[in-house]
Amino acid sequence: MNSILQIQNVSKSFGGFTALNGVSLDIAEGERFGLIGPNGSGKTTLINCVAGSLRNEAGRIVFQGKEVTRLPAYRRTRLGIARSFQIPRPFSSMTVLENLMVPLEYVIHFNAKKSHAEAMEILGRIGLADKAQTQSNRLSQVELRKLELARAMAARPRLLISDEAMAGLSGSEVDEVLKILFDLNSSGITIIMIEHIMQAVMRFSQRVVCLDAGRIICEGVPAEIVKNPEVQKAYLGV
Amino acid sequence: MKFWIGIAITLAITLATVAFVNFDYFFFAGYTVLMFVMLATAWNILGGYAGYVNFGTPAFFGLGAYTAAVLYKATAAPLVVQIAAAAVMSGLLGLVAGLLTLRLRGIFFAIATIALVVIVETVFINWRYAGGATGLQLLRPALMWPFESYIKMLFLVMAIMVLASIALARYIERSWFGRGLRALRDSEEAAECSGVPTLRLKVFACTVSGALMGACGAPMPMYLSFIEPASTFNLNYAIGALASPMIGGTAHWLGPVIGALLLSSLQQLVTVTISNEMNVLVVGVLLVVFVVAAPDGILGLFKRFVSRK
Repeated sequence: MNSILQIQNVSKSFGGFTALNGVSLDIAEGERFGLIGPNGSGKTTLINCVAGSLRNEAGRIVFQGKEVTRLPAYRRTRLGIARSFQIPRPFSSMTVLENLMVPLEYVIHFNAKKSHAEAMEILGRIGLADKAQTQSNRLSQVELRKLELARAMAARPRLLISDEAMAGLSGSEVDEVLKILFDLNSSGITIIMIEHIMQAVMRFSQRVVCLDAGRIICEGVPAEIVKNPEVQKAYLGV
Repeated sequence: MKFWIGIAITLAITLATVAFVNFDYFFFAGYTVLMFVMLATAWNILGGYAGYVNFGTPAFFGLGAYTAAVLYKATAAPLVVQIAAAAVMSGLLGLVAGLLTLRLRGIFFAIATIALVVIVETVFINWRYAGGATGLQLLRPALMWPFESYIKMLFLVMAIMVLASIALARYIERSWFGRGLRALRDSEEAAECSGVPTLRLKVFACTVSGALMGACGAPMPMYLSFIEPASTFNLNYAIGALASPMIGGTAHWLGPVIGALLLSSLQQLVTVTISNEMNVLVVGVLLVVFVVAAPDGILGLFKRFVSRK
């Protein structure tokens, strides 16, 4: 197994609250990886540490054999780590197209014309082409989720972290987003999916890890995870 | 193309005015209006595009003015050299202050920039060579052909600087650099995760903005034949530079231009017809009205009007 991301003993606390307590993970190249856990278990904190939005106090993060623990977020994006946000954060003063121009201009092309062409191509693939000139603060919820993914894709990542990209979507919309993620994965992109919709994570992931109170409580293939008594306890409180 | 034709026409009108109008007060007041157009345009690069509200305009403007004055006192350098030196000094101030303060967000950054004004002013109050607290009297150099009045020359110099800074602001706005600034204004975290080096962009914007403000302050000692700290580092510069884009609209280069033309002309008018104190009140009232009723400024109102049709 060729690993793309190694999280080694990562800890992070906010004041007196320990959000992550010595988390270690190894994610393989091309893997579809699911990260679950109840609210407040540290999922988003963990991916914030991986993407560089937060700095972990202890531990190391290694991406494609290179330590990135101290790198600012934009450098990690340039190395190939992209993420979507749990609560969509579009560049709301811009059109949908311009939203994609930002990563394309800053990571890939450094050239407006080429960026424009590729942005249109990505929007076509993700089903937002007819919204290209729409102001991004006028999008619907599912469109915003797609925009989050499209903008992350525009940086041509090797590793895509999808933070609850399906929260609040209807059944058919969940299928739409899942299909996008499957397609991305089959083009060689490693995907970490954080999700509360169990059905979606279990269908998508090859391997699932469950976090609770900043620790990994179990790890395995989806079928094992749902049967695990600790996961049931964390989720159902029994 | 249209833009450059507009610039050329404006320049031609300015030249014609300088050549044919012989009314010194017009140029005296016009200089102040133009100065605020330039300050507002410069302010908007960091304050409007990047959304970092800067109260430090007097620090950059004043450092530029003092650089010019001290340089003139020491070497009798020509105005062009004074302006260049002022831009470099204030640009450096922007670079250093930016590195120190731009990690702060929102209100904390704004407070830090107020402190900057106090620091720079204190330096000049205590610098004897630059005149200290009492100020420095400066004799204007001999007139250069073809100008028959010094104030006309300063007016023309300021007009050219205004046009240059508008062109620069417009270039920034439309480039990848401007797009990055807008991205970080909308969401700093999302911008970082889209590969935008936010700190570097902010510091660069602060440097450019500061350099323009410094250049804008450079002719001031010659304009007054005098320089002293209290009026040079006056907070009114900060308010004017900030209020104009707010009134005109911060998203487009035209916003600060419209806002400053309107606001400073009105202020000049009020100063002459009513009183000097009243002109500050005008700014205050207009600012409150616009922030409450038209947060996107005149350009925002215009856009809404057009899209409704």
